[in-house]
Amino acid sequence: MTTVATFEIGYRRILDPDGTIDGAPPAFARDRNTLVALYRWMVLCRAFDAKAVALQRTGRLGTFASSLGQEAVGVGVADAMAADDVLLPSFREHGAQLVRGVTMKELLLYWGGDERGSDFAGPRHDFPVCIPVGTQAPHAAGVGLSFRLRGEARAAVCIFGDGATSRGDVYEAMNVAGAWTLPVVFIANNNQWAISVPRRAQTAAETLAQKAVAAGFDGCQVDGNDIIAVREATAAALERARSGGGPTLIEALTYRLGDHTTVDDASRYRDDDEVGRHWKMEPIARLRRHLVDAHGWTKAEEEALIADCAAQVEAAAEAYLATSPPAPASMFDHLYEELPAEVARQRAALLRED
Amino acid sequence: MARPHAKTDAVAATAELTLVEAVQRALARAMAEDETVVLLGEDIGVDGGVFRATDGLIARFGADRVRDTPLSESLIGGLPVGLAAMGFRPVAEIQFMGFIYPVIDQIVNHATRMRTRTRGRLSCPMVLRAPYGGGIHAPEHHSESMEALFAHIPGLRIVIPSSPAKAYGLLLAAIRDPDPVVFLEPKRVYRAAREAVVDDGGALPLDRCFTILKGSDVTLVSWGAMLQETLDASESLAGDGVDAEVIDVATLKPLDMDTILESVHRTGRCVIVHEAPLTGGFGAEIAARLAGEGLMHLVAPVERVAGWDTVMPLPRLEARYMPSVSRIVAAARRVLEYA
Repeated sequence: MTTVATFEIGYRRILDPDGTIDGAPPAFARDRNTLVALYRWMVLCRAFDAKAVALQRTGRLGTFASSLGQEAVGVGVADAMAADDVLLPSFREHGAQLVRGVTMKELLLYWGGDERGSDFAGPRHDFPVCIPVGTQAPHAAGVGLSFRLRGEARAAVCIFGDGATSRGDVYEAMNVAGAWTLPVVFIANNNQWAISVPRRAQTAAETLAQKAVAAGFDGCQVDGNDIIAVREATAAALERARSGGGPTLIEALTYRLGDHTTVDDASRYRDDDEVGRHWKMEPIARLRRHLVDAHGWTKAEEEALIADCAAQVEAAAEAYLATSPPAPASMFDHLYEELPAEVARQRAALLRED
Repeated sequence: MARPHAKTDAVAATAELTLVEAVQRALARAMAEDETVVLLGEDIGVDGGVFRATDGLIARFGADRVRDTPLSESLIGGLPVGLAAMGFRPVAEIQFMGFIYPVIDQIVNHATRMRTRTRGRLSCPMVLRAPYGGGIHAPEHHSESMEALFAHIPGLRIVIPSSPAKAYGLLLAAIRDPDPVVFLEPKRVYRAAREAVVDDGGALPLDRCFTILKGSDVTLVSWGAMLQETLDASESLAGDGVDAEVIDVATLKPLDMDTILESVHRTGRCVIVHEAPLTGGFGAEIAARLAGEGLMHLVAPVERVAGWDTVMPLPRLEARYMPSVSRIVAAARRVLEYA
C-alpha cells in the first residue's frame, strides 16, 4: 500500500480560559478598544438571549434558540466580516446578526412570529436565519458564485451547527465550493449537541474540520470560546476567499450551555456535571479576565457596560412589544412580486372575514 | 449588469423547430438579452445536456454562464437560491424528473418563501427545468409525471409547454418572471414534431390557459405531452360529429380557472386528461373547482383520464399506463351520453 494522500488539521487557541494569551496573538488582540468592542457585543448578546428566554417564559415570545455560551463564535465571525460580505446564519447566531447590524427589535420580531423581523434595515443582503438545518449551505455557494461571476472581492459566510455537517446539503455545498474555488467561508459552530445527540454520535470523524479535506480545501479547528482565535481564523479565511484562494471550513469548538430551544429540556439527556465543567470555559468570563489583567478593565467600566447593554435590551424589548401584529392580508403581500388573480381572490376572502 | 426585459432585437428568424430546439433557442435568447441569466445543471456544458437542450450554449456564452455542476441535485436546487438573491436569474436543469425530489426541499423551504419571509427584501427569480413523462422507453425513474407534487407549494409557478412555440414563448416568460418557476418539458414530444417558431424574443403569457381548438359539445382539458392524444381524440370525436373544445392549461399554478369555466359554461361537459397518476393528480384540482364554481353549468359528471395509481411501469408496459386516445374518446362518450 502506498500513501496517496495525508492531511493534518490544525487547532488554534490564543486566549486561555484563565485569561492569559498564549503564543503569538494577532495585532488586534493587543488593542484595548478592539477587545472591549468584542467584549461588549458578547455581553449584549448574552443579555439579549436572557431577555428573549424571559419573554418566552412569560408568553410574550415564540420558541427561541439561545446562544448562551457560544457568543464568541457569532461575534468573532461577524466582526471579521466586511459590510458587503454576506452572512447566511443558522437559527442560533444572534451574536453574528447583531454585529452585522440586525437590531434586537428585529430579532425579537422574528422570534415573536413576525416576518418583518427578517426585513433587516441593516445588512440588506444578508440572509434570514435558516431553520431547516444546513439547507442554507447551497445558498452560500450560490452567493459565492455570484461574486465570482461579477468579479467582486466579497465573500459568503455560512454558519451552521455540528449536526448540519452530517447533512448532504452541507457536503454538496462544500464540494462545489472546492471544485469551483468559490469565496465561501464555512463555519461549523460545534456546540457538541444536536438537540440530544452528542457530537461523538453524530460522526466517527475525528474532527468536523477534516470534512473540508474531502471537498478539496483546508479545514481547521479553533477554540470557539476564544474570540481572538475565532476572529483571527475568520479574517484569514475571508482574506483567502476574497483573493481567489477559495473556501475554508472553520470548526469552532464551543458548548451549548443552555437547552436546544425554549421547548427543550437538556436535563433529559446530559448531566449537570458536564455543563458545569463547560461553564469554566465560557467565552465572556475569559475575555473579561484578560481585560482586567492585561488592560486594566475596571469595575466601574464593567458596571457601566452591563448597565448600557441591559438598557439597550430593555428598549428593544419594549419596542418589540409595542409593535402591532401585521395586518392579516399581509400574508399575501410578498407571495409573488405581483399577486396572481387566482390568489388575489383568496386574499379578498380573508378580508371578508373581518 | 444589464437588467432583463430587453426587448426583441432586429434579427428574428423563423424556423421549423422541435420542442427541444425551441428550448435551446429560448435559453440562448434569454442569455443574450440578459447577462444575469446563468445556466446550471449536470452535463449541460460541453455535452449540451442529455437531451441537447443546452447544445452549443457553452461555446457561445462560456463556461462561467453555462455551468456543469457536480452530481448534486440538492445543490442544483440551492445554488440558484443564492444566485437569485444576489440579482442573477439562474436556470437550473434536473436531468430527469425522477431525480428532482431532493430539489423539492429547496423549492418548498427556500425558493418559494424567500420573498415572503424577507418581506420582499430578497427574492428568487429562478427557473427549474426538467423533462418529465413517459413514452420514450427510458429506464426506471426516468418517466414519471409528478407535477402535482409542485402544485401544492405556495408561491410557485408551474409551467408545462405542449409544443415548440409554447416552449419557446413560455420559457422566455418563465426566465423573465420575478418569482420561481418549475418548467416541465414533455420529453416524449422533444423531437416528435416541428413547428414554426419565430425567434424574436417574444414571450407567451404565463398564468393563462390556451384554447387551442374551439368547440361546443365537450371541453377537453390537458397539458404537456397529453395534448397530442387529446387532440387526436377530438379528431376522432369530430368524425362522429362531436365538436370538442381543447384547452391547453400551460400554467398549472396559478391556474387560469376562468378560461376553463367559460368553456364549460358553453359545453356543460368536461374531460380532464393527464399522464400523472389519478389520485391527487392536478385533474382533481380542476374537477373540484368545476364542482365548486361551475356546477350549475355542468350537465354531466366531470371525467378524468389519467395514469393509473400504480408505480410507473418499465417500458414494456408503459404504453398501457399512459392515457390513450381510445380511453379519452370513451370518457368523452360517457360524458356526452350522460342524461
